[in-house]
Amino acid sequence: MIMRNFFLKIIFLNFLIFINLTGSLFSNTIQPGPLSYEEIQKALILSKPGDIIKLGEGVFEFEDGLSLDINNVTISGEGINKTILSFKNQKSGAEGLMITSNGVILKDFAVEDTIGDAIVVKGANGISFIRVRTEWTGGPKESNGAYGFYPVQSTDVLIDGCIAIGASDAGIYVGQSERIKVLNSIARYNVAGIEIENSFFAEVIGNISEHNTGGILVFDLPDLPQQGGHHILVENNIVRNNDTENFAPEGNIVGNTPNGTGIMVMANQFVEIKNNEIKNNATAGILIASYQDEAEDKNYNPIASNIFIHGNSLINNGFNVDKVRASPISEVINIHGNSLINNGFNVDKVRASPISEVINGKVPDIIWDGVVPLTEWIGIRSSKRIILGDNYSNSDTPVFANLKLMTKFLISYLHKVDTNYENYRGELKSIQPVVFKKD
Amino acid sequence: MKIFFKILIIFFLSIGSSRAETFPLLSEYNFFQDIKGQIPNEGVVPYHIANPLFSDYTYKFRFVSMPDNSVASYNHEEVFDFPIGTTIIKTFAYPVDDRNLKKGFELLETRLLIHKEEGWVPVSYIWNDNQTDAEIRFIGKTIETSWIDKNGITQSVRYRVPNINQCKSCHQLNKVIKPIGPKGRNMNLDFLYKEGQKNQLEYWESNQILTNLPKRKISKPAIWDNESFSVSERARAYLDSNCAHCHRKGGSAGNSGFYLSLEQNNGVALGIRKRPVAAGRGSGGMAYVIDPGNPEDSILLYRMASTDPGVMMPELSRSLNHKEALPLIYDWIKEME
Repeated sequence: MIMRNFFLKIIFLNFLIFINLTGSLFSNTIQPGPLSYEEIQKALILSKPGDIIKLGEGVFEFEDGLSLDINNVTISGEGINKTILSFKNQKSGAEGLMITSNGVILKDFAVEDTIGDAIVVKGANGISFIRVRTEWTGGPKESNGAYGFYPVQSTDVLIDGCIAIGASDAGIYVGQSERIKVLNSIARYNVAGIEIENSFFAEVIGNISEHNTGGILVFDLPDLPQQGGHHILVENNIVRNNDTENFAPEGNIVGNTPNGTGIMVMANQFVEIKNNEIKNNATAGILIASYQDEAEDKNYNPIASNIFIHGNSLINNGFNVDKVRASPISEVINIHGNSLINNGFNVDKVRASPISEVINGKVPDIIWDGVVPLTEWIGIRSSKRIILGDNYSNSDTPVFANLKLMTKFLISYLHKVDTNYENYRGELKSIQPVVFKKD
Repeated sequence: MKIFFKILIIFFLSIGSSRAETFPLLSEYNFFQDIKGQIPNEGVVPYHIANPLFSDYTYKFRFVSMPDNSVASYNHEEVFDFPIGTTIIKTFAYPVDDRNLKKGFELLETRLLIHKEEGWVPVSYIWNDNQTDAEIRFIGKTIETSWIDKNGITQSVRYRVPNINQCKSCHQLNKVIKPIGPKGRNMNLDFLYKEGQKNQLEYWESNQILTNLPKRKISKPAIWDNESFSVSERARAYLDSNCAHCHRKGGSAGNSGFYLSLEQNNGVALGIRKRPVAAGRGSGGMAYVIDPGNPEDSILLYRMASTDPGVMMPELSRSLNHKEALPLIYDWIKEME
């Protein structure tokens, strides 16, 4: 018995040493203060898998970026508006918080005014953002960082209950990743609210994306290690009032997003856009486009296919097309009538010729550029590009337009926009829910 | 009861193994006979590399320490295969007066990469005010200091000692930490040893710390500031050593698809008419990473010439501009067609 006690004591002692070494098991919450940068960065470096790093209520002010490279650590604040990591005076580090380890959980805090991106996650197997906010507090500005949430080359990405405001590229951006869920989040005053880029198997469900330049973007771009984005489900989102003028620094792809775009798909395959409420987006409700810059990348497919659009409610979109960024669209629309009459707004007297396809100065809610491979255009081959189920629109003008840009550029005198919805009606198998890998 | 014992032993061993070779003070490793003067002990070999990374004009003193009777294996394009137990040592310092190095140096930090069973482990030591020793530091530090540059002008700098994660940021390749500098093609240079001037590769081989040297003649590296090489050779050499540790497949910037290793020969991957992907305001309003013939419209040069942390490249290790290198990159892009 004595022997046993002796060992128990040693074990207990050992346990204490262990706690001392890790400094975490019973560690107190880190509070804002002059030493908090060092305290947090130290905790991030010396943490052990399974640790929870707790951050107190208040504003933490940092001059340098933070980083975490230990697996399965949780960083937990007191609330999305209570624990604030402010990088207003950031002097070094290209982002606020960088995570390079697997299975990290971030919850209940905010990252504000970083000099570059807010939270970057690179190459993680498993990352969860829960009730986290990223914001540039001075409103939409070109000098804001590019991304709020920026997981890249990661798998099993969960973004739930988050808020992203003011990013000069995308508020919530997931790039070159696999198995992604963006749920119940809010994106406002970003260039792109939510963007899924060069990614496989994603769900974007139950979010609100408003007052951005573009609400939800699903893009695939060339010359990147992972491309050929596919299987993206965009369901039950509210995509409305995307009315912030594009403020992306020039040169960036997202700078091409037309002002007032609801949902835009570029060069992806198997995208299902289902049961969304898409309202008051000036250029278009849903825009399906090919990648139009020249790309030398032979492995890249610039053309969208298997885009299934159904059950959406499309209200008052396409009332003022962005003439600069949606130039192929506005050009085509201008040939066949004019979108710009728009009940007395901004009448373009030169180009306001009689209206044929486009009635009442309003462009259709759903627009496809109609770009297909040459073989398909000639009619040698065919494949599924845009498939329309039932969609509700309050518009008494055509709901859908295939701009047939191929024809326009190749034999322009034969060119005619196709607004016959029934030509595209069909059904596609629904995209299966994303299932994260269990370790 | 025995199981408890075993657990205890395993526990202590596990603490031991991960910490055994990491000391709180630099002096405890016994690398130097004169630590302040950076004079190494017998068996600790000083070396230098072609085209060192620009780190705010610091001087760097490099050494390698390998276990007795062990040997590294030559690799031309990647880092030598060093045996377990190797430590790579690098001290960062500002000269008091860059016009006269005899006035001595202010030692800032000494970084070690220790090759343990579980892999390379980075650790940094910060020099004390008296410059008598350096103390371990995991979380980095800001050092506000100054030096007199080659033109006699006092330069001040907010020098950042990286934290351990930042070490990894540059040193990781396919999620594993690796040294960057001692690759075959960076090492084929002469060095002034206490025995006299010798080629480093020959010296290492004759001291039996390097094996598997190729029979063929090993090419001499282009040196970025040596005008006997072409502008293109010099620019590529500079970009390789200053950018390609991240800008390569499997590197920290692997997601960009923008790769600057010397071996890279795909134009778009090299940045030629490559669109920015996630640069944000780092694009500076320009359409291409490199717009051939137009350095003013090339994001590459814009980011190299910036000191705004949200724009500048590299992201780490620099807060000042490398004024001497920018014209080279300018000329390189200018002469492209």
